[in-house]
Amino acid sequence: MFDSLMFGGFLASTVVQNALLIGAAAAVLSGIVGVFTVLRGQSFAGHALADVSSAGGALSLLLGINPMLGFFGLGLLGALGLTGRRRGDGDLAAGILLGTGLGLTALLLHFAVTMRGVAGAAVSVMFGSLFAAPPGAGVLAFFAALAGILLLALIYKPLLLASLDSELASVRGANIRLVAGVFLVLLALAVTLSAMAVGAILSTALLIGPAAAALRVSRRPWVAMLLAALFGVACCWGGVALAYASYDWTPGRVWPVSFFITSLVLLVYAAASWRRQ
Amino acid sequence: MSLTVTNLTVRYGGREVLRDVGFALEPGAFCGLIGANGSGKTTLLRTILGFETPSAGRVERDGTVGYVPQKLQIAADMPVRARDLVALGLDGHRLGFSWPSAGRRRRVEEMLASVDALAFADQRVGELSGGQLQRVLIAHALVSGPKLLLLDEPLANLDLRAAAEIVALLKRVAGQGVTVLISAHDMNPLLGAMDRLVYLANGRAASGRTEQVVRTEVLSELYGYHIDVIRVHGRILVVAGNAEAHHHHDHDHVAAIP
Ligand SMILES: Nc1ncnc2c1ncn2[C@@H]1O[C@H](COP(=O)(O)OP(=O)(O)OP(=O)(O)O)[C@@H](O)[C@H]1O
Ligand SMILES: [Mg+2]
Repeated sequence: MFDSLMFGGFLASTVVQNALLIGAAAAVLSGIVGVFTVLRGQSFAGHALADVSSAGGALSLLLGINPMLGFFGLGLLGALGLTGRRRGDGDLAAGILLGTGLGLTALLLHFAVTMRGVAGAAVSVMFGSLFAAPPGAGVLAFFAALAGILLLALIYKPLLLASLDSELASVRGANIRLVAGVFLVLLALAVTLSAMAVGAILSTALLIGPAAAALRVSRRPWVAMLLAALFGVACCWGGVALAYASYDWTPGRVWPVSFFITSLVLLVYAAASWRRQ
Repeated sequence: MSLTVTNLTVRYGGREVLRDVGFALEPGAFCGLIGANGSGKTTLLRTILGFETPSAGRVERDGTVGYVPQKLQIAADMPVRARDLVALGLDGHRLGFSWPSAGRRRRVEEMLASVDALAFADQRVGELSGGQLQRVLIAHALVSGPKLLLLDEPLANLDLRAAAEIVALLKRVAGQGVTVLISAHDMNPLLGAMDRLVYLANGRAASGRTEQVVRTEVLSELYGYHIDVIRVHGRILVVAGNAEAHHHHDHDHVAAIP
């Protein structure tokens, strides 16, 4: 089976190449951003942004534009809605945003199906469609991830200090509003890429799982970021490979990639937690 | 003066927590900020830092400030070692990437040594004991060379020996010209070191040189019950006693202390 996986066209297929590239870009950025998301206790905000971005995904199906544009556009709007919140009522704002986002998604998906006849719109937006990504999406995702990493490098130090204690950071003279705002934009970008890979609803898995696993086993910030990115890529690529293989299990029908990716994320997290004990 | 607080009034909602508080500290002063739980010590320090906006009065600071907060909730998973936290005190505000430099590393190393924290420099901050974390936070606050150091109850969770060591460390820092303002609900560990004292009660502050304020009649007046100032082996100790006899309810005259 492994032979057929590797040489029977797996890596030669442009669809698979595209999927691997999107998966890697999403996993790397989500892993790195996820480390700070976990440390800042913003997992819920991350999930809310993903749900808002799903409305963008649905909108792009309706308008026939590049899905990344839709996901990120709405994600950015959501990030704007969350800026300037204190950590306490951030949860509240995220909860309201989440509801609004999903409600809007329901409406836009309805239109996409009834007006444009997009088949499987709901599944592809909510649960991802790596193998159905438009050609060129991989390259776009790669550059988006690169831009995200550079932006994070720019705010890295004040972000780390503020994640420890925001008052300590502001006594030190850091512009913590700016840092928090830029971080939300990064969160929206990471969630966008993950939404394209595993779907809006499951993007939280890629954001939180690898990062939480990495944090269990690292004592230095850059080690945590590196490990989170590696874990994420391993899960994504492993998931793509398993989905590709599943074609043989239930002949002619590929299992959802997202199922494999999220299962692998769970395994990695469990292994890291077990090692920590 | 490296810190001047003038007619400061701070309210939470409608409640006045600090009223008409004023004092000034010159460079190198070692000043205790003494008061019971809820007397407004944290509020005063946070107002000096600009985290709370006073409804009246002014704070003038000369130069940069270092701050050691009363409590810091650190996630156990926080992948930051003690030495990383100290390094962030040096450039934690700076945007952009910078390569590790030998000079920066040496500065951090010296700072860790001066607070006697080298032994646990590579431990995660979330794994440090209260006293160890206190030292690391002091190093974080001092490494950038501030003119003013504010510490909120740094001795609260320390044993007698650790407290004495921290006080000695802070005294050395003050000796180098840094103004130290340190809050405490128990003034005893500070008595050998502090040369100035700000006492908070009922929103008002009394301040003065330590030997002016730490006297039986003055302290009994401030606390509202009898306080003995005892001298043993050339050291001073403050002991509360005989509470009923000298009970006062009115503390408005507190501010009149020289
Ligand atoms: N954010 C806040 N909102 C409303 N009231 C507050 C707030 N922070 C403090 N207070 C009140 O202000 C008063 C002073 O509190 P503060 O924390 O300054 O006291 P403290 O002297 O530092 O006490 P402790 O020794 O327990 O640390 C208290 O009565 C407290 O209940
Ligand atoms: Mg306090």
